[in-house]
Amino acid sequence: MSAPLLSVSGLTKHFPLKGGLFGRSTGTVRAVDGITFDVAEGETLGIVGESGCGKSTTARLLVDLITPDSGSIRLGGKEIGPDLSVRDLRRQVQMVFQDSYASLNPRLTMEDAISFGPMVGGMAGNKAVALARDLLARVGLDPSRFAGRYPHELSGGQRQRVNIARALAFSPKIVVLDEAVSALDKSVEAQVLNLLADLKAELGLTYIFISHDLNVVRYMSDRVMVMYLGQVAEIGPVEALYAAPAHPYSQALLAAMPSMDPDRRTMEAPLAGDPPNPINPPSGCRFHTRCRLADTVCSKGDPGLYVMPEAGHLAACHIHVPGSGHRDATSRAGVTA
Amino acid sequence: MTAATLEAIAKVEKSPGYWSGVLRRIARDPVAMFALCVIVAMILMAIFAPWIAPADPYRGQMLRRLRPIGTAGFPLGTDELGRDMLTRLIYGARLSLTMGVTPVIIAFFIGSAIGITAGYVGGKLNSALMRTIDVFFAFPSVLLAIALSGALGAGIFNGLLSLTIVFIPPIARIAESVTTAVRKIEYVEAARASGASGFTIVRVHVLGNVIGPIFVYATGLISVSLILASGLSFLGLGVKPPEPEWGLMLNTLRNAIYVQPWVAALPGLMIFITSISFNLLSDGLRSAMDIKA
Repeated sequence: MSAPLLSVSGLTKHFPLKGGLFGRSTGTVRAVDGITFDVAEGETLGIVGESGCGKSTTARLLVDLITPDSGSIRLGGKEIGPDLSVRDLRRQVQMVFQDSYASLNPRLTMEDAISFGPMVGGMAGNKAVALARDLLARVGLDPSRFAGRYPHELSGGQRQRVNIARALAFSPKIVVLDEAVSALDKSVEAQVLNLLADLKAELGLTYIFISHDLNVVRYMSDRVMVMYLGQVAEIGPVEALYAAPAHPYSQALLAAMPSMDPDRRTMEAPLAGDPPNPINPPSGCRFHTRCRLADTVCSKGDPGLYVMPEAGHLAACHIHVPGSGHRDATSRAGVTA
Repeated sequence: MTAATLEAIAKVEKSPGYWSGVLRRIARDPVAMFALCVIVAMILMAIFAPWIAPADPYRGQMLRRLRPIGTAGFPLGTDELGRDMLTRLIYGARLSLTMGVTPVIIAFFIGSAIGITAGYVGGKLNSALMRTIDVFFAFPSVLLAIALSGALGAGIFNGLLSLTIVFIPPIARIAESVTTAVRKIEYVEAARASGASGFTIVRVHVLGNVIGPIFVYATGLISVSLILASGLSFLGLGVKPPEPEWGLMLNTLRNAIYVQPWVAALPGLMIFITSISFNLLSDGLRSAMDIKA
């Protein structure tokens, strides 16, 4: 892989829990706890995981809507903060939110909503409006019909197209799609996914595609990152990971996917219960409380990410680490990432 | 840019905006329209008082004191000093409306500014501002108005000032709660992600979405303000005699309640009509704005 476009290292965000009379801190939610990953230019990285695993927090950290507690984000080799201002980051990394209605100001017409960003960036009003109309046409909405409309006059799919147009108004390098199609009907979802694929090819975009829909992630992504309780459980090329998930959590997630084949229907829920509370995550490997392969070592040591045989495939499980102390640990010579 | 889009720029179907929709809906609301007519009539009456009023509001005739309604020459009777009631009620609209509306308008701007700032910035500034505002809620509004004008001294200006201070906290509180709600909506986050400054975000994305509820609430306060202003005058803390003002007139006529009850009740009736009109208009505005648009 050439030098990554986006390089995230040890990114951490803990939210303090305020309570009591004077807002004393009574604990922290470890929303994102030291995640590290790279995104190459032109690829799509899918991020999957259960609710509350830190997917959306990661997305918000990437566009600096919230400030990380520690860790670094490097964009094109430049670190955000020391080398690259947040303002420049926001031009290059844009985000599309899940709720297409809430992410559009109900008092602004579509062209005003799209042209707002460029105008803030110093573009002249009429140029920004022209750009907005051009972008509307790009995302498949006739500007003469939609430029003067308000959000409530549009359908969910149309609104999400406008949100995509708004994200594109800065000509960003990376678009973070946080459950961008999850709220849409299946047929509309397919249209928007195809639009996203077309735009990517046309504009050379890089996507970070966050979803809980494993089929959609498989369709869209080149690589997939599986998150569990604020940490990376596994990351790897989409086909390798879907064919042979290395982490027991990824295996459980993929086993929960509805099967199209009636002979291979899902017989039992592979995972029971809710994920543990991120305020007090389990010790060692965070998944050991729900893991079918858990051994004593799992509650003691954090496995860290280990390189799997396939290129670019990493998993955080003791079972793949020789000499980790796990009863089923492979004899394969593992390499620490 | 393609030729098709360039051509499209020339002709764009423009949807009617939110506020034109509100106007259209309120225009269809007969109750709100009636209330609005009453208010407009009151305002016109106040402005053109010297031309409408049949007599001099200050000149009394001791021989014609407390005449009943329907007396020849005095259609609404006379007050305790023999002044024409109709004339004084017409002139009274000037001070009463000023005292009722002005504090709310000033408090609307100051309270909104405080509340929107507290709501948008949040955190420690929010706590500091809102806890200070909370102190004022410890006192009933009537008591606070009386205490303030008592401390400042009687007079129109001090009355206006104390009423303004009374209305800033509730407006600020409403503004803060609506702004806090709007700030968390994703379009504000999207605006932040586009690198806009806090001031620009408030101007473009927050203001338009919070001003409606605050405005409705403030319109509802006008009736309270009218009654409080009248109350201050009634207690001798607002307008001083012989100025015609409905609250003050109610006070000076209270001794005559057994002699001419209908005449004595007239200023109260005026306060009632005006304040209920403002309330009805406020209700109409609320339902006209309460639509997903």
